Amino acid sequence: MSGRLPWVLVVPAVLGLAFLVLPLAGLLVRAPWPTLLERLAEPQVLQALRLSLVTATIATAVCLLLGVPLAWLLARVSFPGRRLVRALVTVPLVLPPVVGGVALLLVLGRRGLIGQWLEATFGLTLPFTTAGVVVAEAFVAMPFLVISVEGALRAADQRFEEAAATLGASRWIVFRRVTLPLIAPGVVAGAVLCWARALGEFGATITFAGNFPGTTQTMPLAVYLALETEPEAAIVLSLVLLAVSVIILSSLRDRWVNSP
Amino acid sequence: MTDGLRARLVVTRPAFALDIDLEAAPGEVVALLGPNGAGKTTALRALAGLTPLSDGQITLDGLPLHAQAAEERPIGMVFQDYLLFPHLTALDNVAFGPRCHGASKAEARRTAAALLERVGLADRAAAKPRQLSGGQAQRVALARALAVHPRLLLLDEPLAALDAHTRLEIRSQLRRHLADFDGATVLVTHDPLDAMVLADRLIVIENGAIVQQGGPAEVARQPRTDYVARLVGLNLYQGLADGHRVKVGELLLSTADHLQGPVFVAFPPAAVALYRTRPDGSPRNLWHATIDGIERHGDNVRVHLGGPVTAFADITPAALADLDLTPGQRIWASVKATETHAYPA
Repeated sequence: MSGRLPWVLVVPAVLGLAFLVLPLAGLLVRAPWPTLLERLAEPQVLQALRLSLVTATIATAVCLLLGVPLAWLLARVSFPGRRLVRALVTVPLVLPPVVGGVALLLVLGRRGLIGQWLEATFGLTLPFTTAGVVVAEAFVAMPFLVISVEGALRAADQRFEEAAATLGASRWIVFRRVTLPLIAPGVVAGAVLCWARALGEFGATITFAGNFPGTTQTMPLAVYLALETEPEAAIVLSLVLLAVSVIILSSLRDRWVNSP
Repeated sequence: MTDGLRARLVVTRPAFALDIDLEAAPGEVVALLGPNGAGKTTALRALAGLTPLSDGQITLDGLPLHAQAAEERPIGMVFQDYLLFPHLTALDNVAFGPRCHGASKAEARRTAAALLERVGLADRAAAKPRQLSGGQAQRVALARALAVHPRLLLLDEPLAALDAHTRLEIRSQLRRHLADFDGATVLVTHDPLDAMVLADRLIVIENGAIVQQGGPAEVARQPRTDYVARLVGLNLYQGLADGHRVKVGELLLSTADHLQGPVFVAFPPAAVALYRTRPDGSPRNLWHATIDGIERHGDNVRVHLGGPVTAFADITPAALADLDLTPGQRIWASVKATETHAYPA
């Protein structure tokens, strides 16, 4: 189709693009480029970066371990209340992360329903520890993984699983040797999204795990804190997060961003 | 202990019901033949345990199969589009079954390599399914099904996905492999030629029920439904016989066979002769027909006739030109008594 472009569409489109891109450009413009490397090498920055990468990766591993089976259950096993369970799984997606953090405190806090028992039985405390960061990140990020993997499972041709069954494969073997390899791209996409979400987690983390440098202060928390004391440091930290996000996005371009 | 397969398969669904009895001796190949939607594939899936039975039972070599899950049944299945695992090589596809049955990786691969050798694909062992041609994929699928040493082999439209040339070659190979297989085989097809070539016995299913069964020659010679008659290329009528005469609707046909009571009469379309004017010294079976349609049929022309009985007549293109036929035209049709075949209904 050709013809003049309708300005009622083009003007808002350009404005929308500017709205999305300008803040990021601002970050680049205001970055303290001459001292950037120096600032990146500061121990607090490295500490926060390392903590963020480690916790996001562990949180993603936890999500994979629990989320892939959950997605399989939702996609392959029919049980009463399945629709309700599917809705519950997506709740952390729409829940304000701070509320998630409060909820985690109520359940896993030292006086919480399960937290009390964990501490009495195993001497285990989650809130305000690095493990707590992982818990908060996993809570917020897992729905991304579950939804992505469940979608892949529904799209996969189930007749391959039937073929495997006629060859004598149990349901576990079918899952491990047929289903999982077939949906691997979906799992990878889900894991990357999940990791990116965990990396950027702020609200639930600061509520449930607090903001202690070295143990629970992840990059987003460090950015927020630095903004009040040392705005240049905040810019540097933000640039690092931006770089990581861009790398993730470009690695997912074909699978996720460009898909209709 | 009874050897082979004995089954009564009942699968009831909204707007569909399958209810058939099925037997296959060890080494026997039984073909389920029927139009699309007749329930052939449902029957096969029920035998495999992929579709639950609503009622009935399946025994294989005297053991109840219906109580077992699909993965516990001693079966091998070849699916219509083969369903080779896309992430595994041809060799690992074939080794998959033996691995599931507890063989070590090396052992399973040895079994798989021997089977690929048998189907003539030893050199394609390392290929992924998408690198295989249709005929090769079909043979890998057969090898994969045979690798678990099944007592019952199930084939769902094994040749349907192949082009005409490959089909011819694979059909004869498949026939050889089926002859070597010592278990029972149930084969589903809608192609009468596949069924005739591959099977020892045909079971024709329409609308979820068996309408005819018997040896290929018997079914081809004595069709009992319009569907079977079309498959084997015969004009088929039901009528009432009195000696050599059979009353079909308004028409009285003379036949070579001597029978009484309800009968079928069949004759090939090539036996029908067409005349523009009423022929002299008229043959016995003559009727006035209308031309409903004309189409190419192989090297000949098939003329669809309406009138007192509907019939197909196959004539040569030269005859078509001589007769100058057009749809809607009235014409005389005749068939010799010796070309007809009557048999009890």
